[in-house]
Amino acid sequence: MTTPKLLSLENLPVAPPAGTREITYVEAVREALRQALTADERVFLMGEDIGVYGGAFGATAGLAQEFGEGRVIDTPISEAGIAGACVGAALAGMRPVGEIQFMDFVTLSMEQLVLQAAKIRFMFGGKATVPMVLRMPGGSGTGAAAQHSESLENWFVHVPGLKVVMPSTPYDVKGLLLAAILDDNPVIFVEHKLLYKTKGPVPEAPYVVPLGQSRVARTGQHLTVIATSLMVNRALEAAQKLAGEGIECEVIDPRTLNPLDEAPIVASVKKTGRALVVHEAVRTGGYGGELVSRIVDSAAFDYLEAPVRRLTGLDIPIPYNRNLEAHAVPQVDAIVAEARRLARGEV
Amino acid sequence: MSRSTQSKKEAEHLAEWGADGARQKLGLMMLIRAFEEKAEELFALGRVHGTMHLSIGQEATAVGAASALRRGDYLLNHHRGHGHCLAWFDSDVDAMMAEFMGKETGYCRGRGGSMHIANVEANNLGANGIVAGGVPIAVGVGLSIKMRQTDQVCMVNFGDGASNEGAFHESLNMASIWKLPVIYLCENNQYAMSMPVTKAMTVAQISDRAAAYGIPGVTVDGNDPVAVYEAVAAAAARARAGQGPTLVESQTYRWRGHSKSDKQAYRTRDEVKEWQQRDPILRFAARLGLSDAEREAMRQAAVDRINAAVAFAEASPEPDVRTIMDGVYA
Ligand SMILES: Cc1ncc(C[n+]2csc(CCOP(=O)(O)OP(=O)(O)O)c2C)c(N)n1
Ligand SMILES: [Mg+2]
Repeated sequence: MTTPKLLSLENLPVAPPAGTREITYVEAVREALRQALTADERVFLMGEDIGVYGGAFGATAGLAQEFGEGRVIDTPISEAGIAGACVGAALAGMRPVGEIQFMDFVTLSMEQLVLQAAKIRFMFGGKATVPMVLRMPGGSGTGAAAQHSESLENWFVHVPGLKVVMPSTPYDVKGLLLAAILDDNPVIFVEHKLLYKTKGPVPEAPYVVPLGQSRVARTGQHLTVIATSLMVNRALEAAQKLAGEGIECEVIDPRTLNPLDEAPIVASVKKTGRALVVHEAVRTGGYGGELVSRIVDSAAFDYLEAPVRRLTGLDIPIPYNRNLEAHAVPQVDAIVAEARRLARGEV
Repeated sequence: MSRSTQSKKEAEHLAEWGADGARQKLGLMMLIRAFEEKAEELFALGRVHGTMHLSIGQEATAVGAASALRRGDYLLNHHRGHGHCLAWFDSDVDAMMAEFMGKETGYCRGRGGSMHIANVEANNLGANGIVAGGVPIAVGVGLSIKMRQTDQVCMVNFGDGASNEGAFHESLNMASIWKLPVIYLCENNQYAMSMPVTKAMTVAQISDRAAAYGIPGVTVDGNDPVAVYEAVAAAAARARAGQGPTLVESQTYRWRGHSKSDKQAYRTRDEVKEWQQRDPILRFAARLGLSDAEREAMRQAAVDRINAAVAFAEASPEPDVRTIMDGVYA
């Protein structure tokens, strides 16, 4: 056996400067996949329609042609099978990157993820590793209705043994995806349909953004807004508007939901004394509950000047009708209004 | 069954429908096509959002299958289900179109949209956005029928791709051991999105999978409403007699892309054209001996009906945002 070609964390720059080249979020995903496939023989992709079709959202376009059907594998419609095959291949020395076409369908993969991928290492006394990544686009806003618009990330946050990553920018999605592929744990990698076409600066060479590091996306002194995925963009837009009224928001993107890097959040709330959590997923049992607890459990508690607020999706399935769909999840104006109330001490 | 005895039986069924009945079935196929073509147009014009899955080319399966069942039977439908919904008992084209356009007057008050159209009052338990999502539900519906000791049946339709989900296999096995009155109608349109059937499984026919569960499996020409009618009628008779489920595979073809965004790089134009030669509507019209003028008049009537449905939907109100929390819990 020849020595395999391997990508290693040591050889990759950590969070390098973003540079000036702009690409879209989906191109950044594809670039990370291409670079991992090129540099590491253990890496392969599997999922529904990821080959000649290029993936439902085009994330893998051209990769089957470039790397062959042996490494970019089209599967039958079998989500439990995809997840299980990733677990098995990872246990046996590979670095599989599975794609679940819409996050909703991961409900069919749950047993393999929750009871197998997450627990195997622990049950085997820390002696096995399951280095797999399962990518999936979540979120609403495309008119795809209740069964194609879910934001289920918190289901996975609740499972020790899984890491959960939810990038909001092209820069982060590339660096975090490479870091996830090199991580020795099963990683649930949540993309967002409405982010795929957003653009931003991304370095061309491979690099990593370490898992478990929050990012301060905007600094401000009046209140802290902690937002995830698409809501980071909406929070930044809201912050821009509020700045015109003299309200300065600090916006924090956790990027990795589990393990959460809470230090920057705690530090920010100590500074501002006010915190607003924004996510698209439904409120009850959502990640916001965890974030609020982390804040009130921490040294930031004594600095709070107002209740910690949550702005989230309504506790309903996503409706089809365009207008209802928009009302089901936080929009920029709602964030502006809520942040303004909080900053003015009206809540 | 040899081809000649099969044709003879089919001719009998055709006779059973009568000239008017057969024309009515043709008219229904044309209504489905007109609905789909209008849906495509509305989408292209940006007047609806989301996505949709058109069943153009598959109309004979929906019409043949529904006509083999009775009012009071159950239907579980899937994402490419506009045709099945229109062909089902007491269907209301206006409510269909209004749902497609997200209006309050739609079957699901605009909450469901194209992928989730249901007519619960008519035991049409709805389309499903999850591939094979309805297949295990059929077990429960069948079980309920059995427990309530009625002579209803439940038909669940799904695609070739759905037969690769674990849920499909669990469902067939459960319905088999409990001899449930379920008809599994697999609409094999040759592709699951970009995945050809020949790459997704190694069995020669999807109906071969029935053998693993000890139930009958038949494959029929899904572009012939009479052939589909006959197979579903036989399955229904078996189900009503307490003999259990049947897997019917209906061989057909999806003329359009999988959904709104599909470059169709996985198949050739020639292949599509070849299947279009087997247009279920033209074939059936020819079989009924319709002149071009008669056929055209029927087509126009279908288009007019669909245009009226669009007018109804457009005049209908949007759902009131204040009712957004409705319907989550009973
Ligand atoms: C569980 C699940 N996996 C994947 C999808 C995405 N998807 C929707 S339809 C489809 C293809 C279905 O193929 P088939 O069952 O043959 O039905 P057809 O579209 O051909 O009518 C896929 C992959 C889904 N909706 N649900
Ligand atoms: Mg199919």
